[in-house]
Amino acid sequence: MADARARPAPGPAVAPPMLEVHDLKKHFPIRRGILRRTTGHVLAVDGVSFSIRAGETLGLVGESGCGKSTVGRTILRLIEPTDGRIKVNGEDITNLEKAALRPVRRRMQIIFQDPYSSLDPRMSAGDIVGEPLRVHAIDGPRQRAARVAEIFARVGLRKAQMDSYPHQFSGGQRQRIGIARALALEPDLIIADEPVSSLDVSIQAQILNLMMDLQRELGLAYLFISHNLAVVEHISHRIAVMYLGRIVEYADKQTLFTAPLHPYSESLLQAVPVPDPAVKRHKRVLQGDVPSPVNPPSGCHFHTRCPYAVERCRHETPALREVRPGQLVACHLR
Amino acid sequence: MTETSLAHKVATRKSESRSDDGAEALLEVHDLRTFFYLRRGVLKAVDGVSFSLRRGETLAIVGESGCGKSMTALSLMRLVPEPPGKLVGGSVNLAGVDLLKLGEQAMRGVRGKDISMIFQEPMTSLNPVMTIGTQIAEVLLLHEKLGRSAARRKVIDMLHLVGIPEPEQRAKEYPHQLSGGMRQRAMIAMALACHPKVLIADEPTTALDVTIQAQILEIILELQNVLGTAVILITHDLGVVAETAQRVIVMYAGRKVEEAAVGELFARPLHPYTRGLMASIPRLGLMRGAGIDTPGRLQEIPGIVPPLTNLPPGCAFAPRCAFADERCRMQYPAYEEKRPGHWAACWRSDTLYGGGDG
Repeated sequence: MADARARPAPGPAVAPPMLEVHDLKKHFPIRRGILRRTTGHVLAVDGVSFSIRAGETLGLVGESGCGKSTVGRTILRLIEPTDGRIKVNGEDITNLEKAALRPVRRRMQIIFQDPYSSLDPRMSAGDIVGEPLRVHAIDGPRQRAARVAEIFARVGLRKAQMDSYPHQFSGGQRQRIGIARALALEPDLIIADEPVSSLDVSIQAQILNLMMDLQRELGLAYLFISHNLAVVEHISHRIAVMYLGRIVEYADKQTLFTAPLHPYSESLLQAVPVPDPAVKRHKRVLQGDVPSPVNPPSGCHFHTRCPYAVERCRHETPALREVRPGQLVACHLR
Repeated sequence: MTETSLAHKVATRKSESRSDDGAEALLEVHDLRTFFYLRRGVLKAVDGVSFSLRRGETLAIVGESGCGKSMTALSLMRLVPEPPGKLVGGSVNLAGVDLLKLGEQAMRGVRGKDISMIFQEPMTSLNPVMTIGTQIAEVLLLHEKLGRSAARRKVIDMLHLVGIPEPEQRAKEYPHQLSGGMRQRAMIAMALACHPKVLIADEPTTALDVTIQAQILEIILELQNVLGTAVILITHDLGVVAETAQRVIVMYAGRKVEEAAVGELFARPLHPYTRGLMASIPRLGLMRGAGIDTPGRLQEIPGIVPPLTNLPPGCAFAPRCAFADERCRMQYPAYEEKRPGHWAACWRSDTLYGGGDG
């Protein structure tokens, strides 16, 4: 198993990784019948390793069902991992008890895709943002209100909106509330799970700019989970491409977008429509559907759709290894 | 400002949709207005939209949520929920027949036969308790007066045409047994079963993964070539527009704000909203040779779309527009041909981006 730590950091400063994930696995049991016997497993995450340094954005891209959201949730231990290790600032949190996990959770927050269903409709925006402070018993009520007001200003909401309820906000503003809530505990890492996917493009730009500003000012690290390659290119420093529970390519942004090595990354990039009618591309459309993670194909998961697949790909799982400096690829042919 | 564009200024809104190359228009939509009568006021979902569509052409309608692009499509299909909605005016001429004047019975003969529609989420538009084959056959039995076995053969042909593997097997399956991409293919097979003149595709690939999206767009374009269907493609994705459409209409708050051939629109957008949209999308720049430093800030369009029940008196985009002046706020801009075949509704575009061909 290739180790993400082994390679030199491409960034300017060699900061210790804020988050390290080693060979993470999450297999969901499929239960059938009245006895709820386990009849199989969904291999949602099947051996994923990466690291994120302070102040850095790692983009995690892949199509639906590739396990990218499960990775995010497993890191926060909202879902318990089946196997593997998760380290936060060097501390192994994989087996921490609930109470011991609390201070760790303060350092990691999550933003969800759908700002409509992730906010409690019966709580005012101010209460939603202040709730983490109350739960973690930080500040008295008055200081808390002042702090919430400060965060509101920080994310571009008006102080007067603290008393409004979620339904009174637009989609973009609701996502700002989600971000404000995540910021309340001054985390080091925010896991952003498709944070702009349900927003209109003009609003999407507002939220992406806000996230990048916050990163610059507060030194936040992001795990940015998305299916939108253009968005990921814009915001990320490094990128991991997932396919059916595994990382198939892991490189810095420049390398991945200019010289992708895995056939899947290649087809993924080719499939994105270019918003410029003057560009005439020869487009090779990837055929077939994403197979089910219940019974993923043997060997390399991608071999059923890969235009280059050979016999070996059908039997042997390719390891993620450093093919060029700083570029890890899981493919027998590279 | 040149003489020609001045001359065009006097052109009335009536003639705005005429296509200039003389090819026959298959579908002519004129001054379509669809309003919703709600307790909080009248919501003008579609307000005076006109356009024409030629045989085999792909026309894209772009805009953000609530701009009226889907409501325009539903109006053409006469599928606007009434009440509270109402088609208050205009005409929709399809090969000489005004669809808005047809009775419900006659309209049923048109839907699926002459004009079809596919939707964003095929799961919600397919019947979950009917097999794919039966659903497609239903259209054929209704419109084509085919016998059962002939219809079944046609169903298999259609499924084959849209690239569904093992069509005989798949015809016997239910929607939930198919993947999202396969469901969308089945929807397309159903929509095109009777070889309609016009296909309306409302965000046909938005719910799909990007590799599947590429497959579906390819199928739509391929079938369009084979069958000569004209396509109205409704989308918010400028990438999809650039790669599939010949002409583009940009809508904002229920009205057309710009319209041009796709190359012209992307090369010379004349409305600040269109410009804002284009600047606000992150692009795969690295792939096409842009430097690593490009990702600075994305250009934002500040604010949000105004509520359609309470539109400002002037240009609906004025509150979000950096260039709006007093006139923009007070008076709705005329929809004019600023350059040959390039229409826009903006008081300031001539000063900002130049008229003529300069």
